[in-house]
Amino acid sequence: MCLAYMMNYFPEEVLEHVFDFLASHRDRNAVSLVCQSWYRVERFSREKVFIGNCYAIIPERVIARFPRVRSLTLKGKPHFADFNLVPSDWGGFVLPWIEAMARSGVNLEELRLKRMVVSDESLELLARSFPNLRSLVLVSCEGFTTDGLAAIASNCSVTPLGELAIGDADAMVGLILVLAMITPKVALTLFLMELDLQENEVEDCRGQWLSCFPDSCTSLVSLNFACLKGEVNLAALERLVARNHNLRSLRLNHAVPLDALQKILMQAPQLVDLGTGSYVHDPDSDTYNKLKSAVQKCTSIRSLSGFLEDVAPRCLPAIYPICLNLTSLNLSYASLIHSSELIKLIHHCSQLQRLWILDCIGDKGLGVVASTCKELQELRVFPSDIYGVGSAVVTEEGLVAISAGCPKLNSILYFCQQMTNAALITVAKNCPNFIRFRLCTLNPTIPDPVTMQPLDEGFGAIVQSCKGLKRLSLSGLLTDQVFLYIGMYAEQLEMLSVAFAGNSDKGMLYVLNGCKKLKKLEIRDSPFGNVALLADVGKYETMRSLWMSSCEVTLGACKTLAKKMPRLNVEVINENDLIDASSDDRQKVEKMYLYRTLVGPREDAPEFVWTL
Amino acid sequence: MATQGLGLEITELRLGLPGGGPEKNEKKRMFSEIEGEGNSSNGHGKTQNKSQVVGWPPVCSYRKKNSFNGRETAKTYVKVSMDGAPFLRKIDLSAPGKGYSDLVMALEKLFGCFGIAEPMKDADSSEYVPIYEDKDGDWMLVGDVPWE
Repeated sequence: MCLAYMMNYFPEEVLEHVFDFLASHRDRNAVSLVCQSWYRVERFSREKVFIGNCYAIIPERVIARFPRVRSLTLKGKPHFADFNLVPSDWGGFVLPWIEAMARSGVNLEELRLKRMVVSDESLELLARSFPNLRSLVLVSCEGFTTDGLAAIASNCSVTPLGELAIGDADAMVGLILVLAMITPKVALTLFLMELDLQENEVEDCRGQWLSCFPDSCTSLVSLNFACLKGEVNLAALERLVARNHNLRSLRLNHAVPLDALQKILMQAPQLVDLGTGSYVHDPDSDTYNKLKSAVQKCTSIRSLSGFLEDVAPRCLPAIYPICLNLTSLNLSYASLIHSSELIKLIHHCSQLQRLWILDCIGDKGLGVVASTCKELQELRVFPSDIYGVGSAVVTEEGLVAISAGCPKLNSILYFCQQMTNAALITVAKNCPNFIRFRLCTLNPTIPDPVTMQPLDEGFGAIVQSCKGLKRLSLSGLLTDQVFLYIGMYAEQLEMLSVAFAGNSDKGMLYVLNGCKKLKKLEIRDSPFGNVALLADVGKYETMRSLWMSSCEVTLGACKTLAKKMPRLNVEVINENDLIDASSDDRQKVEKMYLYRTLVGPREDAPEFVWTL
Repeated sequence: MATQGLGLEITELRLGLPGGGPEKNEKKRMFSEIEGEGNSSNGHGKTQNKSQVVGWPPVCSYRKKNSFNGRETAKTYVKVSMDGAPFLRKIDLSAPGKGYSDLVMALEKLFGCFGIAEPMKDADSSEYVPIYEDKDGDWMLVGDVPWE
């Protein structure tokens, strides 16, 4: 009390300085609720703004509250969009945000987007409007082409000479070329430091986007274009790498062959993070020998990924020297490397903290990981056999081995053929530090194959043991019992993913009543209905969002909820015109997505989305 | 030489004099093995157990499209025999970038039958043309039917 009283007599500059130490937006949100003067100081000093749901607020209000925003993070579509459960055209457009910021003269330096629709027009506007743009990170986005990337690469900020009407990006580039020729003293400031494209769907327009980085661009620190499908100009790439001496992170796409990689590494021995392109060559060749010596000079590499589409296992030994220092290794997009080769590689990787791998490593390979990678914190094992054509390669044994061997493990994503309660109980005992636990059995309702029981007890052990668990994904045969455990024990749980689980409304109620910190709940194909949905309508304002598809929820219940809670958008996603104005309220809703919002129904909803 | 549907069943390839028919190969199986990757040695490759459920397993669509392993075709190794050769060889027909010229080059390398690749490279100056006998027993010029 006394301290707060004293704090009010501090000049605002001091408060601001203290708040500078608060990096997380959650801390800043908390601080802004203390009193009016703290709210005021905080809002004028916040530079990094995080918007977890782009429809919870409109850009104008964000800018009004945080006029000094320099870095914006936006998330769009619901998570289940990743698995094709959300129709494309649902929404999540970034253009209105960029337009609003451009209009208001925001000094945007950094833009990070996840699951948003990004058009070329947006990218062009972005490139034109923000001379200090340093960083663009796009994760799981779509809607743009390499032409949009060309606009970003150009990213020219022209010192205005009188009035310049700047039209479209092509005119812009043309104008700059002219200016560069006639007025060599015009300063083109190019601050782009980071262009990071992760797992986006990008249309290739066969332009030379990479060549659009001008010769004067020397500021790049991070360039990741691994997700691009098309060819890149290899000569331009090599020159780009050669002149950007601060480059720390470089992730190539599959079109960059091994001989180009060798030349690039010669120019960039300072790299910390490398993603290779395709990785195929004759191991008896001169090029391969040159690669080996180039790699040996890259003593700073700590993170390795790539090996896209084609991998020659006999070329893997070239990277053994960097394996010793690797903290992060992602081979999950590598063409099938035999488990014996993977094992040979892993033997060198004793410092690994993060490993993303395919399940063809096998339980035996995971055993090697367990005995070699004692620093391991995060493991993701992806399925190599999505269509169920072959037989299982990892089972509960691999997971148990990892849990026994890696005491620092705190995050796991594990696709497997089967799981047992006994294994999960053992894992829970071995690893009480899980923050993220995602298990996915390839058959979504498979029971414990030994006891034929549901996996309730196994997951129950996980939530009881892992007191810091924030994210959980369930699979396998599960009854209401598992939700009882989750509601009872998962006190820190923020995100829960449920599929094909539970018996009745009780299951969902246990979770809604018990998990006080729940932010995101996504449910599919589970027998939860109106009773669960309507039991505690106020709960949803404490959460970011709720997704329910193929459940037992009816149109009438959604309408009731929407009516009671004006600060929720209750969207019914109505593909195939199953529901219309004359539909009975008793009809079940195929897909419902609800989220808290300060601004009411969104204006860009397509026809098949009804906001009730 | 076209593969058919998901079963990917291909007849064996045989290099030899015309007229050698199935009766010679009675001891051998008529159809080559289809070898999938990993542990699917028990022929699971022949029947597609495609998951009926949309969005399961929850692998994000980008990964599904871009995982080499997500592709439906398993590697297709086909037995190749040559009359007079003491043992058979195997060739992978489904590797990316393969075409007729690669096949012919591979046959030349594996069996030492020098000269069959030449007409593929330079059709005009060569004295010979590569031909094959299809399932109807007709002699066909290599290259007309698209590789896929």
